[in-house]
Amino acid sequence: MRKDDIMIAAGLVFLILCVQNIDCTSDKSMQEGTPWNYDYTRYHPVSEISDWMERVVTENPELVSSSVYGETFEGRNITYLKIGLGSEGVQKKAIWMDCGIHAREWIAPAFCQWFVKEILLHYKTDKKLNEMLKNMDFYVTPVLNVDGYMYSWINESTRLWRKSRSTPPEGCTCHGVDLNRNFNANWGTVGVSRDCCHNTYCGSGPVSEKEAQAVTQFVGSRVDQILCFLTIHSAGQLLLLPYGHPHISAPNYDELMAVGQAAAKAMKAVHGMDYRVGTSPDILYPNSGSSRDWARLMGIPFSYTFELRDKGEFGHLLPEEQIQPACEEAFEGALSIITYVHDKAFHNRTEIGASSVARAFWATVLASCLATMYLL
Amino acid sequence: MSRPLCALWVFMVLLGDRLASPYRPETEPLDPEPHEANSIVELEVPPELDGTMSDGELVPHHYPAQRAAKVVQHYLNTRHGSPYRWIELHRVNKASLEDLGQAGKKYYLEISLKEVISNTDLGQCSAEVLFSGEQDQGAPQVQCPCEGLQKLNTTAEEEALFQRLNSSATPLSGSNIPDSYGHIAPEMKPLWHLGAAAASFVMLKESNESTLYNMAQVANITQLETENGQLRFKYHVLLHDMISQEILHWKLLVSWSPAGGVSVLQTEGQPKPAESTPEDTAPTSAS
Repeated sequence: MRKDDIMIAAGLVFLILCVQNIDCTSDKSMQEGTPWNYDYTRYHPVSEISDWMERVVTENPELVSSSVYGETFEGRNITYLKIGLGSEGVQKKAIWMDCGIHAREWIAPAFCQWFVKEILLHYKTDKKLNEMLKNMDFYVTPVLNVDGYMYSWINESTRLWRKSRSTPPEGCTCHGVDLNRNFNANWGTVGVSRDCCHNTYCGSGPVSEKEAQAVTQFVGSRVDQILCFLTIHSAGQLLLLPYGHPHISAPNYDELMAVGQAAAKAMKAVHGMDYRVGTSPDILYPNSGSSRDWARLMGIPFSYTFELRDKGEFGHLLPEEQIQPACEEAFEGALSIITYVHDKAFHNRTEIGASSVARAFWATVLASCLATMYLL
Repeated sequence: MSRPLCALWVFMVLLGDRLASPYRPETEPLDPEPHEANSIVELEVPPELDGTMSDGELVPHHYPAQRAAKVVQHYLNTRHGSPYRWIELHRVNKASLEDLGQAGKKYYLEISLKEVISNTDLGQCSAEVLFSGEQDQGAPQVQCPCEGLQKLNTTAEEEALFQRLNSSATPLSGSNIPDSYGHIAPEMKPLWHLGAAAASFVMLKESNESTLYNMAQVANITQLETENGQLRFKYHVLLHDMISQEILHWKLLVSWSPAGGVSVLQTEGQPKPAESTPEDTAPTSAS
């Protein structure tokens, strides 16, 4: 080899190493774009989440705004973060994500925060994410059942609370309604209890609960806008499609299954965890009045319930050490669905796993060039 | 000089590849053939209401097989669970159901199991679960010969724990295991697993085709006097039934020794504690 060939090869290696290092430091600058000293690998009470939401908006005004869209039974605000680029005064297509409809499912609010953090960290450099934020808005509610979540933080004896905190109805003595049985979707027909002391109590009537009303009003007035409705729960490692009623099938069941299975595949690729995909009556139990079912009935084409880790070892008491891996895999699953939904709407493209096409392209270019280099 | 030019071209391509998706973790190998829309999945024929296919065959990832498989897990933990052994269902690979009329329903399962503490793959096991057809419903009957279990050897740790607890001046006690954050103090982990093994006796007995039990938490544990060479404990455990979403309280009198395994001497199902409404739920400011 001639001397200048060696120099060029060395320079090339040096440059490649530099580029790789730029990549690695993106972990060090975790704080960039996200509030300083916020630990996404810990569970946070409502007050900390509220503060975090304010700081996310203040520090990222070009990307994030927030709005109160309802009130809980005890009079607390229900707030979403609206994330998108160029959203001023424009009605864009949208993705809906809510977390913490069940109080004890702490990994869910943790995931909503993680999801937002990932967007903040990568929206400038990730072309695909950037494109999706230009075309769509993401409405993310980190804690929907604020009253219940706060109640579960009081002490160890309240930790496993599930429902809202509305007062007992006439003739019964226990608080709270299962918000995910309270929506106007075959309400009260299956998988519910009429006993107010039970954890699947569906309420005195459909949408009797203020929290369910908030989602119904906001999402209901934007049904044509919203492409995808994701509601985040734990536990069980499941991806549930509509409907919860065993005798009703969504018209796009096949597509929902295919997209769900692609998401489960993406989730498994992260840490090897299995997520089962199917309707609730098939893989879990029949139920009615869920927000996922209501969203699909309203015409939102893609509607999924994510049941995050684990499969019963810790259940709802998922250790904080598992927050990161649980959120990493859930993020890939959510992103897989969101990317499909986006590409279908904006590129008329319905290949499952389209994000791998870009990598395939670059790999082909590289391979052809290396071949050329060898042959010349 | 075509080689340096091409090296530069290679560099540009690599840079472009990096910038295209800089952070997402490497997932599968690159797939040069994008999948066709809606034809990637061999969709099975939608199952009947009870998840049965032809000839009593069940869809393995549907709920009937999953619930039956969970019962096998409970059964195995009553026999093999210990402070250092916790068996978990990994996957249901095959399942079928035989309707025996008055005699009940019999599930035939091929399942993969894992020992969680040592992260040992126990391989595939066959199991049979019979849910009684009677009204008063006794415990389901389970058969599960599983050769993989022979791999497990936890004698040393169990002996050490036994000696420590047997000779300790102060009886052991603890509560809220795991705590609200999912945290378990290292020295309490074996007692958590022991509690889960003991709880498996109750979960097995209480299981039917409409339940799916897991132990949610050890609310309380108190060590009692050793008797007949067995350590004894009073446990208050919380069980979670996925189907009703209820938390069930059980008080257990448990004995254990490395040689004798886990025994549950007494059980007492507790009614749910009366609802309390702590005063500080009222908001101080709308947040």
